[in-house]
Amino acid sequence: MLGTGIIKGLAETAKNFIGSYVDTDRLITVQYPEERLPLKENARNFPFLVYDGGDHEKGLRCVACKICEKECPPQCIYIVLERDEKGKPQKHPKVFDIDVSVCMSCQICVEVCPFDAIKMDTEYELSNDDRFGSLLQNKRQLAKSNAYYHKIHPVEAEEVDSRLAAENARVEAKAKAEAEAKAKAAAAPKPAAPPPAARPNPAPQPVPA
Amino acid sequence: MSATLEVVSRSAAQPPNYEIRPKVSPTGEIESDLLEIAMGPHHPSTHGVFRMDVILDGERVVKLKPVFGYLHRNHEKIAEGTTYLGSMPYTDRLDYFCSMTNNWAYALSVEKLAGLQPPERAEYIRVIVGELTRLINHTCLLGFLVQDMGALGTPLMYAFREREKILDLFEALSGSRMMCNYMRFGGCRVDLSPGWIEEAKRVVDDYPRFLDEYDRLMSENEILLARTQGVGVLPAELAINASVTGPGLRASGVNYDLRKVDQYGIYDRFDFRVPLGDHGDVYDRYMLRFLEMRESVKILKAALRDIPAGPIMDPKAKIRGFRPKAGEAYGRIEAPKGELGFYLISDGSPNPYRYRVRPPSLINLTILEDMCLGHTVPDVVIILGSVDIVLGEVDR
Repeated sequence: MLGTGIIKGLAETAKNFIGSYVDTDRLITVQYPEERLPLKENARNFPFLVYDGGDHEKGLRCVACKICEKECPPQCIYIVLERDEKGKPQKHPKVFDIDVSVCMSCQICVEVCPFDAIKMDTEYELSNDDRFGSLLQNKRQLAKSNAYYHKIHPVEAEEVDSRLAAENARVEAKAKAEAEAKAKAAAAPKPAAPPPAARPNPAPQPVPA
Repeated sequence: MSATLEVVSRSAAQPPNYEIRPKVSPTGEIESDLLEIAMGPHHPSTHGVFRMDVILDGERVVKLKPVFGYLHRNHEKIAEGTTYLGSMPYTDRLDYFCSMTNNWAYALSVEKLAGLQPPERAEYIRVIVGELTRLINHTCLLGFLVQDMGALGTPLMYAFREREKILDLFEALSGSRMMCNYMRFGGCRVDLSPGWIEEAKRVVDDYPRFLDEYDRLMSENEILLARTQGVGVLPAELAINASVTGPGLRASGVNYDLRKVDQYGIYDRFDFRVPLGDHGDVYDRYMLRFLEMRESVKILKAALRDIPAGPIMDPKAKIRGFRPKAGEAYGRIEAPKGELGFYLISDGSPNPYRYRVRPPSLINLTILEDMCLGHTVPDVVIILGSVDIVLGEVDR
């Protein structure tokens, strides 16, 4: 009979409509500004710089190696290396800007960073009417503590901390061994070759939250 | 200068002709002028910024010219200037409904170029997310197609409700709902989080219930049958000659599915059928997507059951300083819309010398005129809807 298909379809919508009064699982929307869905552990939106300890300037893990600046596909990262009075490069960024309006949240900066210095934030309410004050974020706005990182990505932050601690221990052991070798060479009457200088510690001391 | 301005009453000189008298041919048929209409570039039925210059005789289409390029973003040239890894997030933006399969096709071609082999677990993850993407794409297409026929709202919202569950899975996996940027050369970026498989199993097991519901909701609807059956017929010969791929080709009865033909990844391990259509009209293309989704659910159930533990990256793969040796490679997969291929030429530098995308949407669009000729304007809308295009991929 003509029209049975339409009636069958309408029965389906009626079932859903009545069901929404009975079964709360059918109500799938949330009232957004008042209610929020919990964020996923892996959620990512915009990068931030991790700092250890309490000082957002001294504690920055970033050493201004500019790998992320080079690898960033839309090229939204801008880094200037800090130099002292004599022009000697310091392992610290003088300027570190990321443009929110250019960033496409791809996470490649996080993947290429060898120092675990840049991570993804989960903050998504970034809309703003201040183009250069708020959307072009500077080093101060980007720096967030390791404790904050632990708060938003607990599992991942644990892994990173243990990895950094292991790396640190390895470097310290190496420096110690080198210092011992140096002392031994100094104690010996004639050193065969000048001992290699101990490398400065590349990974900063992680501070567990 | 003495110029006299002669004021002539127009009505006095030539009375306006308000009478419309159609021209009649000697055989008695009414001869009317052709009317050219630009549908788009901002038109709700064109699925994005796409223009169809339609020439109409009355309401019949006598000529149709697709005009695209409004969303051109220079994807291929940008990719030639950036590193291999840097193009991966841009591939998400090609067909923004199916970012996972775009990632897969690109990763596959770079793996061919660099000789990488993803481990077992990564291959299973790829099949799982690829088939979930197929579910998303086909579900949304059914919603949009029915909306193009005038069923505003309800069917599309039902489709989006199901899509949301899969997008939640993608967010838990990759951190982003649509722009996943998940696959890497030689594997996947992160491993499945604990509990992900159980969640995915729940979604997949529930999926046939939604398919049945949608089937009851729409497939027997008399209006839908009247609007789609016999409309926009695509003959098999024309489809093959125009190198149409995907559901559009299979609805015309050509048995060609890259998952069976190429057996890329680990598709040879799964037992599934390739559904085929008979008539090649809009209704066949509509129903074919239902059948494909049921096969996808079958693959997903098997893959979620058999997924092994193990590493997810090829140990030879490296993130920084990736330089494949000089050569060329073409990697292709059966994306939800058809054959998606990436052709790469490497000269040994960190960025590709040539980067070319073979987008299924663009190539499937070339036969739009042949399908639309002789149909009315509302039919053109649903024929375009059944071709299933995404303008991000057409224009690149």
